[in-house]
Amino acid sequence: MNIFLVLTFSGVALGAIYFLAASGLSLIYGLMDVLNFAHGLFMTLGAYAGYEFATRLPSSWGAPTRVILAIIGATVVGALVAGITELILIRPLYGKPISQILITIGLDLAVVGLLMGGFGSTALQIPVPLWLIEPTHIGGLFLPNANFLAIGAGVIVLFGLELFLARTRYGIIIRAGVENREMVRALGIDVGRAFTLVFVVGGAMAGLAGVLYTIVFSGDLVSPSQGDGLLIFAFIVVVIGGLGSIRGSAVAALVVALLQQYTTFYIGGHSGWAQIGDLSTVLLLAVVLELRPRGLFGRVA
Amino acid sequence: MTDAVEISDLHVTIAGSHVLQGVSFNVPSGSVTALLGRNGVGKTTTLRAILGLVASSGRIRVLGDDVSGWPTHRVVRLGIGYVPEDRDVFSALTVEQNLRLAEVGSVANYDDIFALFPELKTRARQRAGTLSGGQQQMLSIARALLNHRPLLLIDEPSKGLAPKIVSEFANVLERAAAHSTVLLVEQNLSVVKRLAQRVVVLDHGEVVHRGAVSDLDDPTLVRQLLGVAGAA
Repeated sequence: MNIFLVLTFSGVALGAIYFLAASGLSLIYGLMDVLNFAHGLFMTLGAYAGYEFATRLPSSWGAPTRVILAIIGATVVGALVAGITELILIRPLYGKPISQILITIGLDLAVVGLLMGGFGSTALQIPVPLWLIEPTHIGGLFLPNANFLAIGAGVIVLFGLELFLARTRYGIIIRAGVENREMVRALGIDVGRAFTLVFVVGGAMAGLAGVLYTIVFSGDLVSPSQGDGLLIFAFIVVVIGGLGSIRGSAVAALVVALLQQYTTFYIGGHSGWAQIGDLSTVLLLAVVLELRPRGLFGRVA
Repeated sequence: MTDAVEISDLHVTIAGSHVLQGVSFNVPSGSVTALLGRNGVGKTTTLRAILGLVASSGRIRVLGDDVSGWPTHRVVRLGIGYVPEDRDVFSALTVEQNLRLAEVGSVANYDDIFALFPELKTRARQRAGTLSGGQQQMLSIARALLNHRPLLLIDEPSKGLAPKIVSEFANVLERAAAHSTVLLVEQNLSVVKRLAQRVVVLDHGEVVHRGAVSDLDDPTLVRQLLGVAGAA
């Protein structure tokens, strides 16, 4: 029973990171119909930014301060890179989905190549404070502290995004744009600004996901292709949750991550087939697409 | 009298189909001009071309500015209220949020809107997707009237509505027309006769008739131009 509870806790933490990775992707596709294959790159850059902040800030500031600043820095870098990508590369290509896919894949390949050239292909380690590595003892369970960090970030972002989308004018514009972009324009609203904002928010979430994944699940190791690996699960979550739905992404992220954790341990652990966890998420995707093509919370196409 | 809208030699091609083939007409300021014609002759496309929602060639002047090639939001900010054919309320947003999106600066006049449509006030927190067709049309018209726009483009406001509701909407539009220029697309000739002073008739993407609304009193002309009996 204890193992099940620890697996569940770890699955919720992984789900929080999948949610962070998927929510921006979902909003970007839902509002702008842009299938952004550079989203994985935003995660990778977030992780590298985290590494740079954590290693270059003065050690006299202390590990906790540096890791907090590293997380904030990763979020800001993700937002900036995504905003610049939208303004320079995506904006001239609206209405050209094939070109958007090609340019975002190209950007990803090029920058990952540059990262390999600059940092090498060997994984780099983000120095984290000891308390992040240690577990907390609750009711007979030893729960990793880093998982609390991921879950906390996921919950804050979920509620923050929900509030932003429900209460602010730009949030309402984004929700309206997901439903009917043309009518938003016909009300005199410059949807282009909302597009840039969505990219910035999505990039911030990706940067945060990238650095948190590194700290929580990657043994503090940063590598050039880790964002692309995470992107696959983000796409699975987005499709299962329903394009453009933040709540859908949150629920789907939890379901996907828990399924992955359980199957990896209970089936993969006995059979020695560790990839069964990844395979189970793809099978779940196939089942959802068969039974409910628009996803759990998606709009009717 | 100046013109709120001047269109000359307007061409629109959609998916290889030449929908508008050199349309020219004007909408005098302060008037209600009805754009009439059979289904599929290009009435809605004309409104969409004015708003920049479809690519077009030719010249379009709106409220004194040549808006050819302008993005939609810039054209609308000149002072246009638009009621689309299918209402296009945002179903996932509440009534209140739908109206909030239509606000321009601080000139939004909710008191007038709620006086015209008290039901919108009582249903402010209700999702627009759960409203009836008539209530959605109220919301769509309310969005267009919220800021006292000098030009209203209204596309088939009576479509799919019960006669009693159509009459109520005609009352509202009549009041709105007192301080706005209106370009109205409408199939219901009794509504047109009540609201409009001028008519422009399209057929096969071209203007085939311009004149006073009293022209619609001639049943032969109505049958010839619109293919319907003119007794409405």
